[in-house]
Amino acid sequence: MREAGKGAGAEPREDDVPDLATLSGAGLVSGLRKGDAVTVQSRTTPAVSFTLNGAPIEVAVEAGVSLLDLLRERLDLTGTKKGCNQGACGVCTVLVDGRRVLGCLTLVAQLDAREVTTIEGVGTPEQPHDLQRAFIGADGFQCGYCTSGQICSALGMLRELADGVPSAVAEHVAAQPGSSELEMRERMSGNLCRCGAYNGIVDAIAAYADAAGGHR
Amino acid sequence: MRPVSYAVPASVDEALAAIADLPGAKFLGGGTNLVDLMREGIEAPDVLVDVTRLPLAEITETADGGLRIGSGVRNTDLAAHPLLRGRYPVVAQAVVMGASGQIRNMATVGGNLLQRTRCLYFYDQAAACNKRERGAGCDAAAGHNRMGAILGASEHCVAVHPSDLAVALVLLDAQVEVVSRSGTRTISVGDFHRLPGQTPDVDTTLAADELVTAVLLPPEPLALRSRYRKVRDRASYAFALVSVAAALEVRDDSVTQVRVALGGVAHKPWRATVLEEQLTGRSATDEEFERAARAELAQAVGGPDTEFKIGLAVRTITATLRRLRDEGGAA
Repeated sequence: MREAGKGAGAEPREDDVPDLATLSGAGLVSGLRKGDAVTVQSRTTPAVSFTLNGAPIEVAVEAGVSLLDLLRERLDLTGTKKGCNQGACGVCTVLVDGRRVLGCLTLVAQLDAREVTTIEGVGTPEQPHDLQRAFIGADGFQCGYCTSGQICSALGMLRELADGVPSAVAEHVAAQPGSSELEMRERMSGNLCRCGAYNGIVDAIAAYADAAGGHR
Repeated sequence: MRPVSYAVPASVDEALAAIADLPGAKFLGGGTNLVDLMREGIEAPDVLVDVTRLPLAEITETADGGLRIGSGVRNTDLAAHPLLRGRYPVVAQAVVMGASGQIRNMATVGGNLLQRTRCLYFYDQAAACNKRERGAGCDAAAGHNRMGAILGASEHCVAVHPSDLAVALVLLDAQVEVVSRSGTRTISVGDFHRLPGQTPDVDTTLAADELVTAVLLPPEPLALRSRYRKVRDRASYAFALVSVAAALEVRDDSVTQVRVALGGVAHKPWRATVLEEQLTGRSATDEEFERAARAELAQAVGGPDTEFKIGLAVRTITATLRRLRDEGGAA
């Protein structure tokens, strides 16, 4: 059994009390013979190594801790916001291996060997990302609370579009998707904005995608 | 959240050993439903057995020309797969009409089938719910329950199954492959989910020590003429009030083959067998579509908040079949 964190040279920590069980295979599944011992180790605080905004990081937190809470409460990376904390609002969107996911429903324990990018890794106040400049240029926000999630989501969304992932507004799901405003709106529906800055958000993403020579 | 521990099995065998022998163990896929339910105190596993690192994320062609979809395939990757989009458009459409882009990137095929109802009374710990606790009663039946079931419900439960994918799979008579230490078996996806009866706490016919390893799509030329239509309270990112998966073949203005499955109306994806029987061999007219839809919905029971879903289902079925007929098979 591969332990969480193995491969990063992580030793079990003193405070990590493993419940160790040695199990005996029943023997009917290929590869397991009756009597074979299978060791299954589960940990209450798995050690996890991953890349965060380009830098390696190793953490050991309780198995139920979300990526969102790790970022905000333990690493002081508060650019990622907490909204509903139940996967409904999209405010906590970050990128894992380049794909947009929800920080509130991602357990840190599952991140071993992954690459995590938060808004802090997208741009800085001194050197904002071109998409961040586009949000400023198009008034893509009012209060700003949903903005980091909108920007991470849009970066993931544009990659999905470039990869040809279909959406619900496709007339024919087998066709290569276009990048109409309708497509953008559908693909961004997982990010709510209670200020209602949607028109500016769509304009910002479209302007960035056009300038990037990309997907429109 | 209640303390929990975490294990990463290196093989399916190890996963099966863990689920069978570690008390309180539960498989963890993308986490989009389970993590939320744990936070709400509705699910309380002692050990999370992470199956997302197992070699179950492949989509392969089967010898008979069907598709084998690993249970660990993420919803986005399923919808984007060229063979799925080309041969089974209804499945790809159902997937992209579910959830949001972020959630589809996380959620797995196995987890999609095993997700639990979004009935608000199931989520509300202050309400009585037989699905949370057998015998506790059902506050949803007489409550505000616009999302409730109109087909196959019981006095014990009016919850609906929230999956869109499962509705398309039921349409295509897909099989669910499951393994345990006793071996491998397949379950027709139509038999995978249950009607509530007296035990609504039991969602599926999967045994506690079984792992879903794949979904098997049979070769089905009719699937080329298939569509998924979903009606919901907002245009995107919402659960279905009513959804319709349908496939239709028309020759000489007559219906030669028709299949319909409904979502958002029952505790399981609802295959419209009455409609299929009544419409086969009839003229492919709007009137016949509606007549057959009404025959299917004749068994529906609406409440004050759900009565509208009966007419909505009839209209959505009729419109979906009409579109398939007018497209002449293009999907």
